[in-house]
Amino acid sequence: MSAVIDTHHHDHAHGPAKGLMRWVLTTNHKDIGSMYLWFSFAMFLLGGSMAMVIRAELFQPGLQLVQPEFFNQMTTTHGLIMVFGAVMPAFVGLANWMIPLMIGAPDMALPRMNNFSFWLLPMAFGLLVSTLFMEGGGPNFGWTFYAPLSTTYAPPSVTFFIFAIHLAGISSIMGAINIIATILNLRAPGMTLMKMPLFVWTWLITAFLLIAVMPVLAGVVTMMLMDIHFGTSFFNAAGGGDPVMFQHIFWFFGHPEVYIMILPAFGAVSQIIPAFSRKPLFGYTSMVYATAAIAFLSFIVWAHHMFTVGIPITGELFFMYATMLIAVPTGVKVFNWVSTMFRGALTFEAPMLFAVAFVILFTIGGFSGLMLAIAPADFQYHDTYFVVAHFHYVLVPGAIFGIFASAYYWLPKWTGHMYDETLAKTHFWMSFIGMNLAFFPMHFVGLAGMPRRIPDYNVMFANFNMISSVGAFMFGVTQLLFLFIVIKCIKGGTKAAANPWEGAEGLEWTVPSPAPYHTFTTPPEVK
Amino acid sequence: MLRAAITWPVGLFLCALGLSANAEWGINMRRGVTDVSQSVFDLHMTIFWICVVIGVVVFGVMFWSMLMHRKSADSKPATFHEHVGVEILWTVIPLVILIVMAVPATKTLIDIYDADEADVDILVTGYQWRWQYQYVGEGVSFFSTLTTPRDEITNVSAKSPDYLLEVDNPLVIPVGKKVRFLVTASDVIHSWWVPDFAVKKDAIPGFINEAWTRVEEPGIYRGQCTELCGKDHGFMPVVVQVLPQDEYDTWLAEQKEAAAKEAELRDKTWTLDELVERGEKVYTTACASCHQPNGEGLPPMFPALKGSQIATEDMAAHLDIVLNGKPGTAMAAFGKQLSEVDIAAVITYERNAWGNDTGEMLSPIDVLKAKEGQ
Repeated sequence: MSAVIDTHHHDHAHGPAKGLMRWVLTTNHKDIGSMYLWFSFAMFLLGGSMAMVIRAELFQPGLQLVQPEFFNQMTTTHGLIMVFGAVMPAFVGLANWMIPLMIGAPDMALPRMNNFSFWLLPMAFGLLVSTLFMEGGGPNFGWTFYAPLSTTYAPPSVTFFIFAIHLAGISSIMGAINIIATILNLRAPGMTLMKMPLFVWTWLITAFLLIAVMPVLAGVVTMMLMDIHFGTSFFNAAGGGDPVMFQHIFWFFGHPEVYIMILPAFGAVSQIIPAFSRKPLFGYTSMVYATAAIAFLSFIVWAHHMFTVGIPITGELFFMYATMLIAVPTGVKVFNWVSTMFRGALTFEAPMLFAVAFVILFTIGGFSGLMLAIAPADFQYHDTYFVVAHFHYVLVPGAIFGIFASAYYWLPKWTGHMYDETLAKTHFWMSFIGMNLAFFPMHFVGLAGMPRRIPDYNVMFANFNMISSVGAFMFGVTQLLFLFIVIKCIKGGTKAAANPWEGAEGLEWTVPSPAPYHTFTTPPEVK
Repeated sequence: MLRAAITWPVGLFLCALGLSANAEWGINMRRGVTDVSQSVFDLHMTIFWICVVIGVVVFGVMFWSMLMHRKSADSKPATFHEHVGVEILWTVIPLVILIVMAVPATKTLIDIYDADEADVDILVTGYQWRWQYQYVGEGVSFFSTLTTPRDEITNVSAKSPDYLLEVDNPLVIPVGKKVRFLVTASDVIHSWWVPDFAVKKDAIPGFINEAWTRVEEPGIYRGQCTELCGKDHGFMPVVVQVLPQDEYDTWLAEQKEAAAKEAELRDKTWTLDELVERGEKVYTTACASCHQPNGEGLPPMFPALKGSQIATEDMAAHLDIVLNGKPGTAMAAFGKQLSEVDIAAVITYERNAWGNDTGEMLSPIDVLKAKEGQ
């Protein structure tokens, strides 16, 4: 109402509100972006400490520290927290902070919903983590929660797990709607779709994936809820249901989900490599089409997670061929990144180090993915540590290194200070070595025959498991250094210029560092 | 800083080597002992080397750029940013490689799926947490349970080489014959894997999956359950003993004889002590993983039997839950898994162990009557 009466223009910018309520009630994309990033980092440390429990138990054969029941709860919640609590919210946080800045928008299109979608997350994960303290323990059926282990045979706390997934899913869907609305409606004049930075493009495609598959996840957990409490038999063979149907529905969500966790990293790396190569991105158009192709293919390959469930041979062949096809657009992206670096003028600040490691190690994860696609060979790889090695290679140096690269790249913009380059490089090398030490030997034990999700193993797997554990501890401890670097950077440091990077381009570098609370209240002109 | 970052993990690495120098360093897939496992191994190595070659080319260009095109090496950035020819080329070449790869993979897959005309049929059923093997048409059936002593698992005594990969009754199959496995499960999903045969098939309640093998070399082959199936997923190995035909025939005849003897036991008159003695063994293999050796269970998922209503009061209710299970919980129906003698023995044991001193006993004939009355 007052806006109608009060017609004179406020030309001074509003600063943030004071006190705790600033964070509870904020609708500012930068505040919400920061909260998403802090939340995801907290979850990263929590999920990481669970991984430390797992690696400590697997340090030697025999049961030393935890019992199998608790071990299963650790593997399950480690997976759930890392996927839904650490990686996804980190990318939403980056999107919140950077998409409006990159497309010249004053804020996200739906700021109030933005606040709600963030605040659902602490509720969801509060609920999930609380199950660990309930009678019978938390979820212990793997992050893929296959029925009937997760229904008839689940601990009583499974209902809380289902509601936690519902809440996290609603949060993701709202975040995705917001991102699509922002990108499609709030671009600065002159910024056509094919002029958008690649991070914006990959997030646009990711958001569509989210809207397509999160309701499927909500559906499958709701069916579990019905089976557990309302006497239905969706997944109970004795009642005419079908346990394999659970897996089809889950992986129809689950496969696009793995691209949801990697596409935004593709985008970020496609910003960072050109910046530190001082050369334009090679093949912008093909990058966009490759991303779209990967997104499309992600919907028709889900059953490659289920090669051993006994699908008929024609189905098996279809999913094998379709999965192998993904290598083509993914290859295009890798070749484009390498060509961007070729004949550039390269420097290796922390964002570039993480981005280059991303390309190399993600490609190694891609290679093992290609091996897993070969259905007859998959019979040997399936559900062994080879698979664990594969998906950690695409998720840790893929998604997580992508997030670290982005964080270092944009920290000067967020804080107005340069981070400590020496410490950041230390963080990189320790993470790089720790991560490879932790996950590379898993290829070997997997091929040698060690199944995943077991708390104890035959002595023939002992050596590599010990190395894996040492690497994992090293990687884990190193992340505390990252926390220190970020805090140090917020507190002070060399003043950052509006564009602290010699080769960086884009609208985000046209506003001062730190970015003012409100930016682009008048849209910039893009030529 | 960099130097420190590299030296200390290398040191730890060397320590790790020293600590367990006597263990093996298996780093690759096993070639196995069947035609299928050999061709799977060849596929694995082919795709691996293809990846290595692609990796060398791609990473080669990348490292070349990182070394030669550094700003500090006075490299002036070029400005090219697209080239239709190259882009088409690096779309087409991978496509061709994939097609080359898909052909042998398809052949092997078709071979794996051809389970027709088997010489021996075996029904493999996964239970929490053991396997049951039934020789179709032979009347031979038994369970295969982990035998690794608790002391080895809890690090009290030294671990044997077959630690966690040893069972009481291995599956026995004849050499050179096509053996078909019909794989299913009675509770949750399990997965039956023998790496040396390249056979891995999910055991799914309500489904019967097919797999087959033809093993050319006698021997003992070990694998594990590969689908998370609850608490003791890591403790239900698969052990297959491959025997020459004549030894297999002898073995099968012995099994049939033993089965006939078991059947006679049903009509024998049992004493309480005999039943308790036999019941303790049945309890250890069939019940203890959930209800625990001390009968205290792991509530709330696995209730205690010690001092419980079910094991101290109405015996008919006790028999009913053992025979038919409890729907909606992890309690399985043991009526089809265990013989009448074993059910009578285990119930008698449960009613007389851990201070449940009811002094009551159940005879195999009563179990039979209860079964037939259903």
